[in-house]
Amino acid sequence: MYSEKVMDHFKNPRNVGEIENASGVGTVGNAKCGDIMRIFLDIDDNGVIQDVKFKTFGCGAAVATSSMATELVKGRTIQEALQVTNKAVMEALDGLPPVKVHCSLLAEEAIHAALWDYAEKNNIKIEGLEKPKDDISEEEEEEEY
Amino acid sequence: MGKMIYLDNAATTKTAPEVVEAMLPYFTEFYGNASTVYEFGAKSKEAVSQARERIANAIGAKDNEIYFTAGGSESDNWAIKAAAEAYKGKGNHIITSKIEHHAVLHTCQWLEQNGFEVTYLDVDENGVVKLEELKKAIRPATILITIMFANNEIGTIEPIAEIGQIAKEHGIVFHTDAVQAFGQVPIDVDAYNIDMMSASGHKLNGPKGIGFLYIRKGVKIRSFVHGGAQERKRRAGTENVPGIVGFGKAVELALAHMEERTGKEKELRDYMISRVLKEIPFTRVNGDRKNRLPNNVNLCFQFVEGESLLIMLDMKGICASSGSACTSGSLDPSHVLLAIGLPHEIAHGSLRMTLGAETTKEDIDFTIDTIKEIVSQLREMSPLYEDYMKTSK
Repeated sequence: MYSEKVMDHFKNPRNVGEIENASGVGTVGNAKCGDIMRIFLDIDDNGVIQDVKFKTFGCGAAVATSSMATELVKGRTIQEALQVTNKAVMEALDGLPPVKVHCSLLAEEAIHAALWDYAEKNNIKIEGLEKPKDDISEEEEEEEY
Repeated sequence: MGKMIYLDNAATTKTAPEVVEAMLPYFTEFYGNASTVYEFGAKSKEAVSQARERIANAIGAKDNEIYFTAGGSESDNWAIKAAAEAYKGKGNHIITSKIEHHAVLHTCQWLEQNGFEVTYLDVDENGVVKLEELKKAIRPATILITIMFANNEIGTIEPIAEIGQIAKEHGIVFHTDAVQAFGQVPIDVDAYNIDMMSASGHKLNGPKGIGFLYIRKGVKIRSFVHGGAQERKRRAGTENVPGIVGFGKAVELALAHMEERTGKEKELRDYMISRVLKEIPFTRVNGDRKNRLPNNVNLCFQFVEGESLLIMLDMKGICASSGSACTSGSLDPSHVLLAIGLPHEIAHGSLRMTLGAETTKEDIDFTIDTIKEIVSQLREMSPLYEDYMKTSK
């Protein structure tokens, strides 16, 4: 059901853990629908993401998208990190089953939430970043047949 | 992959070698259509009769009350839809429970869209249907009570004798989905006042694609699959002779060794539950501890999500199942776990393991050790666990 890349990132998740005194922390999702992601960012004075860690409660796809999202933003600038969309995460993982697409949205949102937290802490505005939603449990569409 | 430990016998079972052996001649040698007049076809007919008799005996029914179907889902659909059709003159109300299999629930929901009213009874925290609620739910228009014999997820065995008695006193047809219970616990349709009962072959080491519906003489439901005159004109379609023969053999084996097999399973089940509860914190058992299918273990590990658990168990060669949303293809966890009152986040961390005749203590010990490792690994990764540990300090 999952691609080899998804399985690899699930089995060997990159950047699991916490960052003490992180520059920004974002938590998205809710336990009700079974996915929570928390991303910790360590951002230096030049606005470069020096380190990133995550913790996730969720299915295989939730863990894999968190892991891939952290890989994609590590070492990048804030602006570059903002370009990491759910589509980019999915492509990097060689795709996700349709019912798991919301996991990649969650990963994108988690990065945005952490950046938003960083901006608030430092009282700055990040161009192109909107306040993340607290909960992105979007409605699943009924299958048609 | 090394050794596989199969702990999903509620999903399906291995077809017993004796069953396969009994079936083979009906593919290769006696392949005749049981409905023909020549001697060759009579061989098939005879085999079908024998299996029917064996199955009827197993549940205290008569031969002509056993109708072969393609499986449990068909039997459930037939029983419920045809009873609704047959008794609509009397009323339009059906009583079921919130923890039924989807073959029953979705059928009832379909009937609701077609003018019937359905009461979905609550269950208690162990998954037992509340008899007082059942009595209160009965109306003059109630035509059918359909309550499962035992739950497929949490293993709770329902008070079928009491439900049957209540149905009988009120003159209401009583159907039970015994797909999980048949072969695991003794069933007598007369003692329990069961009017219709669904069962399936592949849950008791028989073949897939064969089931039966027991219909008590006098219950007036009609054909659901129209066509030929098979199954006393009540279920058309050329008999699945090898399937029926295999089902008959599986029933014979399951009943012959029931006490011995389920005794061993119960021992392993209780050993597993007590070891897990002792060794893994923040864990709960779902389902009734006493009135429980002999082979069912259902646990919830707090702060952990079920699908992740399943994939990691699979990596160690262990096959199990979960009631998490991710395994159901929706955002909601199992309706059964919600019905027993679990909050969503706990229900997402459920794990069902269903033992079989071949399960050994070594398998169970290895599985518990593996679960311990995986749960602690997943908790390390879980923001819920982090939050809990921080606030509880």
